[in-house]
Amino acid sequence: MRKVVQSHATEFALLAVIVIISLFLSIATDRFFSLGNAFDLLNTSSVNIIFAVGLLVVLIAGGIDISFAVAASVVQYVAALLLGWMGGGGWISGLLIAGALGVLLGAVNAFLIHKFRIISIVATIATFNIYFGLLMFFTRGVSIYNLPDWLTSRVILFEHEMADGSWVEITLPVLVMLICVVATWVFITRTTTGRQLYAFGDNPEGARRFGINIGAMQFIAFGWLGLMAGIGGLIQAHYAQEVVPNALYGRELDVLAAVVLGGARLGGGKGSVLGCVLGVLLISITQNGLNLAGVSPYAFKMIVGAIILVAITLSNTSIEKLLPFMRQEEGRK
Amino acid sequence: MTGRESAEGGQKPLLSLRNINMTFGGVKALKAVSFDVLPGEVHCLAGENGSGKSTLIKIITGVYRPQDGAVIDYDGQTYSHMSPVTAQNSGIQVIWQDLALFPEMSVAENIAFQTLLGRWPRFVNYNSMREKAIKALARLGVTLDVDRPLKDYAIAQRQIVAIARALVGEAKLVFMDEPTASLTQSETDHLLDIVRTLSASGVAVVFVSHRLAEVLEISSRLTVLRDGALVGVYPTAGMTQSRITELMTGKTFDQTVRARNVDANPVVLEVEGLSRPGQFEDISFAVRRGETLGITGLLGAGRTELALSLFGMLKPRSGTVKLQGKLVQFSSNRDAIAAGIAYLSEDRLSLGLIQPQSIADNLVIASLDRIKDGGLLSDVRKQELVARWIADLGVKIGQQGDAISTLSGGNQQRVAIAKWLATDPKLLILDAPTVGVDVGARAGIFDIVAKLADSGLAIILISDEVPEVYFNADRVLHMAQGRIVNQFTPSDCALRDIEAAVYA
Repeated sequence: MRKVVQSHATEFALLAVIVIISLFLSIATDRFFSLGNAFDLLNTSSVNIIFAVGLLVVLIAGGIDISFAVAASVVQYVAALLLGWMGGGGWISGLLIAGALGVLLGAVNAFLIHKFRIISIVATIATFNIYFGLLMFFTRGVSIYNLPDWLTSRVILFEHEMADGSWVEITLPVLVMLICVVATWVFITRTTTGRQLYAFGDNPEGARRFGINIGAMQFIAFGWLGLMAGIGGLIQAHYAQEVVPNALYGRELDVLAAVVLGGARLGGGKGSVLGCVLGVLLISITQNGLNLAGVSPYAFKMIVGAIILVAITLSNTSIEKLLPFMRQEEGRK
Repeated sequence: MTGRESAEGGQKPLLSLRNINMTFGGVKALKAVSFDVLPGEVHCLAGENGSGKSTLIKIITGVYRPQDGAVIDYDGQTYSHMSPVTAQNSGIQVIWQDLALFPEMSVAENIAFQTLLGRWPRFVNYNSMREKAIKALARLGVTLDVDRPLKDYAIAQRQIVAIARALVGEAKLVFMDEPTASLTQSETDHLLDIVRTLSASGVAVVFVSHRLAEVLEISSRLTVLRDGALVGVYPTAGMTQSRITELMTGKTFDQTVRARNVDANPVVLEVEGLSRPGQFEDISFAVRRGETLGITGLLGAGRTELALSLFGMLKPRSGTVKLQGKLVQFSSNRDAIAAGIAYLSEDRLSLGLIQPQSIADNLVIASLDRIKDGGLLSDVRKQELVARWIADLGVKIGQQGDAISTLSGGNQQRVAIAKWLATDPKLLILDAPTVGVDVGARAGIFDIVAKLADSGLAIILISDEVPEVYFNADRVLHMAQGRIVNQFTPSDCALRDIEAAVYA
């Protein structure tokens, strides 16, 4: 048990913070601790979790991406236009189009980073501006409300009537999110390519000496994030039932904070899917709780920022320092 | 180039290089070099930094491609150049000086990393990786928890992990580049045992080391390079350290004990009962003006912790420190620098110097107050200060503005010493000042140390290489498990007396 706690210190620290905040919110508000609210949280966090597991892969490979959220906006918009032009389409063609467009935009980042040796943060700040600029220029900021029916109609996977007559439900975004989470987990922990990404992020020179194809690593990492951004973009359009060009603008920093909160290291080689999911959930729970507690939305950012600081500090402090009894056991060894 | 065929008694070489030429930007790094390795032998590749050792290793492992005309015979095949994949697949493994390991990944993944390679993605078989790792470690007679991340282990174990990795690759020929540079004596002994085990099981080992004692102990043959050219191939039997140094540098050095009696000089630093539980206990000693006090002992004896405490970076729990008769207590190393203590860190590459920055900027970093003019830093004063120290210490540089990383190890170390001398210290603590410095350049560094001592500076010289303190210090303290257990005066004892005590 001690070994598990030590090797997953970040995840346990996050879980502890989530439990503490949840306990506090359960007492402070009467609506927080309910099945309906838990499901709401899942439904609303799904898109961010999809983005987060994608970004995780790039961080593990030692890169960073600022452009994925506006890339998702571009994908939404272009996919909506293409689907309209095709005369509707369906979930399969929709996901294929969105995924392919996302991979394409991710590959542009990988190309710039690999071919011209541009540092990933600079390259993606540039593409962030280019993608968003092109989108606003060509759309003139006009939203699309006229989406295909299949995309806007809610898909309920599970519903249950509670004793008080209210309905709780789990919707399609949660299923897509689960698939993305499991796929990413399998990819980065169970495939040789995933482990090569870790090695590349951990020690690029070491990986190069093993003959690992550095260019391929960049394309795979940014391609995976692009895929997740594309899927996340389509799901966000489905959830919002509209495509607003600047709807996802600014989302990149929220997701980045959540992923780093989850233990991924800027610089590569470290990070887990579980930590990533917990990171997003911690921020969602905090916002949700503040909402229920009737705190002014203007104060959200400030409080979320403080929570991020506290959680990062906790997870960077060694478990021995937090729990002195574990140090004693270590000493006996 | 003599004796290539005579010494082997007709045994066919595993690896045979002929006519290897390599040029980097107009500079000839290798000039028509030949090199042979016999199956299962331990072969030493010796030469100063810049002599072409690393370039040669990189050619054999396929990192570099030699110029046309090269012939590489390996294991019955002839190549004009290698590629990393061919080299690995045919059993050539390198243990790089920086080990090329992955600290965040588990020990098992590090050892069995090759199973993760390949063009097409596959599912990872963690069980087979663990088995391979445990088996490779067992062959070396070592047990480690293969599930723990590598970063949990110290450098000595990481070295073993790197060797185990080579075994998983079915190595026939293993290159070890400075494998003992950061190991203590007992760890080094363990490593040399492992090298013998490898060699006995038929794996040829090419060993590169600055520590000539090891070279003599472990290898059966020796190839010496100087300035990119082959000096010769020699059987190790009958060789001496000074002979190898001569071959490597083309110069002769003689080592004499320098110890002098400085009891008449005033005391600069006086330490009484200094303790920091778990690291050092009850340390008392004094250093006089013009004295060089050697402190030796195995790694982990508390030497560096003691030095850091004197330098204000660690806080001792009890005891007193007097500097020129005045009781001092430092709350940070800034206080210590202001009081006249300088500390040359043991890890020059990562702590001592800021590699991408210029020589001049590195030199003045600890003495910025001295180059101010009207409150702002003055470039003119900086240049004057730098020029003075560069000349004083005989540092060979191109331009003051060149990056420090362009200098050789010995010259970098001189800049690091100059950086501290520019703070005008009364006490200079040198922690392992010759790690990563060539034999030729080492003598130069100790010449500087002697000159500084003669000019009245009090010096504490910390090293785990006993000969260094024996030949260069006036007195030698031996630390073990956090305590001073012996004191020696080199002029009254033999080198082996101290060595016997330290390695006992």
